[in-house]
Amino acid sequence: LKWELTHRAGEIKILNPVLLERYDCGGNDDDMTLIGRLITYFVGYVLPYVAIVVFLCGALWRIWTWARSAVPLRIPTTPAPDTVPGVIGRMASEVLIFRSLFKGDRLLWLGGIAFHICLLSVLLRHLRYFLYPVPWFIVYWGDIAPYFAYFLPIPLLFLLIRRLTNERLLYISGWADWLPLLLLLSIVASGLAMNYYARVDLLAVKDYILSLMVLKPVPPPASAMFLTHFSLVMLLLIYLPFSKIMHLAGIFFSPTRNQRNNWRQVFVNPWDAQPRSVRQGGEVK
Amino acid sequence: VKQILPVPEIKENATLEQKCYPCIEKDMTTLGYPTTRVKNWKEVAIKKLGELLEKRRSLRLYLDICVKCGACADKCQFFLGTGDPKNMPVARAELLRKVYKRYFTWTGRIFGRLAGAEDLTEEVLEEWYTYFYQCSECRRCSVYCPYGIDTAEITMAAREIMTEIGVASKYWSEVVAKVYETGNNLGIPAPAWKDSCEFLEEEIKEETGVDVRLPVDEKGAEVLLVPPSADLFVNDETMIGYAKVFHAAGVSWTTSTYASEHANYGMFNTYRDMKKINKRILDAARELGVKKIIWSECGHAWRAALFTTTLNGPMDFLEVPYPIHICQFTADLIKRGALKLDKSANDDLIVTYHDPCNPARAGGLLEEPREIIRAVVNRFIEMPANTIREHTVCCGAGGGLLTDEIMEVRMAGGKPRAEACRMTGANYLATPCAICKAQLPEVMKYHKVDVHVGGVHDLVSKAIQLGSRP
Repeated sequence: LKWELTHRAGEIKILNPVLLERYDCGGNDDDMTLIGRLITYFVGYVLPYVAIVVFLCGALWRIWTWARSAVPLRIPTTPAPDTVPGVIGRMASEVLIFRSLFKGDRLLWLGGIAFHICLLSVLLRHLRYFLYPVPWFIVYWGDIAPYFAYFLPIPLLFLLIRRLTNERLLYISGWADWLPLLLLLSIVASGLAMNYYARVDLLAVKDYILSLMVLKPVPPPASAMFLTHFSLVMLLLIYLPFSKIMHLAGIFFSPTRNQRNNWRQVFVNPWDAQPRSVRQGGEVK
Repeated sequence: VKQILPVPEIKENATLEQKCYPCIEKDMTTLGYPTTRVKNWKEVAIKKLGELLEKRRSLRLYLDICVKCGACADKCQFFLGTGDPKNMPVARAELLRKVYKRYFTWTGRIFGRLAGAEDLTEEVLEEWYTYFYQCSECRRCSVYCPYGIDTAEITMAAREIMTEIGVASKYWSEVVAKVYETGNNLGIPAPAWKDSCEFLEEEIKEETGVDVRLPVDEKGAEVLLVPPSADLFVNDETMIGYAKVFHAAGVSWTTSTYASEHANYGMFNTYRDMKKINKRILDAARELGVKKIIWSECGHAWRAALFTTTLNGPMDFLEVPYPIHICQFTADLIKRGALKLDKSANDDLIVTYHDPCNPARAGGLLEEPREIIRAVVNRFIEMPANTIREHTVCCGAGGGLLTDEIMEVRMAGGKPRAEACRMTGANYLATPCAICKAQLPEVMKYHKVDVHVGGVHDLVSKAIQLGSRP
């Protein structure tokens, strides 16, 4: 069996009412135990909506707390660019190639960038479950993406082992550091397991995801591995706004990185505003 | 990297007992803070933290997004020197972060210690007082942090909270009180300031036979020079250097007895005092009617200078460009060929240059001092690349730590710089910072590095040819 969804993209008529009816008839319900039905109901119908709401509201609220707090002083870490394109370049180098981390710790940089690239690749490939039709670049990416997915546990394990073996890291690590790592590792493990032995009907997965997106959920594929993988991802989504993973948004707000080094221009502190010019009649308090 | 800055093993509580003396009543009264710890200190502290979270994005953000990757863990000179794990920047910030989590985040309120949250207790306050006064706010950690987390911002906030509840170091409050009373950190009254300037004038006359002036409070001078008071009384060769440069350039200048200090200890703890100290300089400039203010050889003073327009309003009653540093001024003169310099006067020296933390990482003053040194000495050698420019290691006494009771911490913090200096084999360590000039000689003696520590303008002073202008 070749579960290459993209090759059969044409066969998926997910929004076709006939297909939805197949699930709505509830033909398999008799085979399910009560617990099975509860799990299907909770994991399949409740959890994803709770997760997405908590994630969106939590993340936006968190970003709002940063956005609303004031920036009283100009504090870029110098040498810093003095133009806007310069700052964009600096931010890009931080976000895309982790420039500061490269200066700080080469080995961690390697592990970190490997992890983030693999994760990005895996996330991109998962888009095929959300999009119909699947865009061409994701179709093509699908040919390479599995290698990144297979590699993903390696940087993750590196990060975990590094934390366990370095006494400085062990000293600073708490549950807020172990939890995301363990969660990610189990998500990756269950995801890879579906690739190897606990194969899942990917068309059913896509049916299910798309049905969630149009708010008419059909029962999730009855696969323990899929349900595990899916609920772990939902847990991660719920945890994400309250965790250190918010660094992915926070970095854009970092004053030491996103400010210009234009000392000779006036910088106004919003809660202690001084006039911009005395020549134009500004009074100094 | 590891060879030059070897990473020690963790020694828990190695410097727990190294505390600054607590503030005394007289100074805190002058400053207008509680003289002893207030009764409801917990509430006041938590309220102040809440206020600062809204006032400083850097604080809230940096408490929120640290992923504890450990890139900063082996970068702080105080950790490298002492091995105390709470001197790792990430662990230092954690001291405040755990309290922030407890009172300001959902996870901390619900899960408590599991989420890394902790109540603000007597012990926590003790730790704050110890370890936030073992941070020199040098920002070295922020260079390596993938999110630019600046532990100096966190230290400043923690110290501001502590100051608010009447917990501050004696050294810090003493210095700030002296500035309010006399205009400078050393507490030198105006007559003594004038005497010293006259004395230096005589010294220059004796040495060179030229009448070089060190004017004080002269109205209508072109330039107001704000020096660190230590340059006049301890590192007087640097002060002579400034005077000779102005003389040679034919620029009329003056110092002010009202603002005879540009170092700004307010910056280390509280916004309010930073603003007040900074304002004295602008007031003096208006009073004297100068066209330029030149900040001189001091690290954090330059950082405070760059905040001037934000703190105390526009400087456009002055000539552009402003603010301006003496190194920029001198480097510009050299570039234009306005100074006659004889490099060979410094031939007995092998010079290396120590970047003070603030000019390097908060002021971008990297090239000008080097340009000056290259113009006045023949033998200039840089220290290892991971200890200069934005990677520079702090002398170990910045940020209000230049006080004798924590000498052990200071000497340990200065160790990386001493080792880096030893590698060059230089016999003269130039640095444009009054704190470094006070701290480094002791560090070098302690770690047995045979080097003389002095200013950049000391070298200029020796090389400059007075008399005939080119």
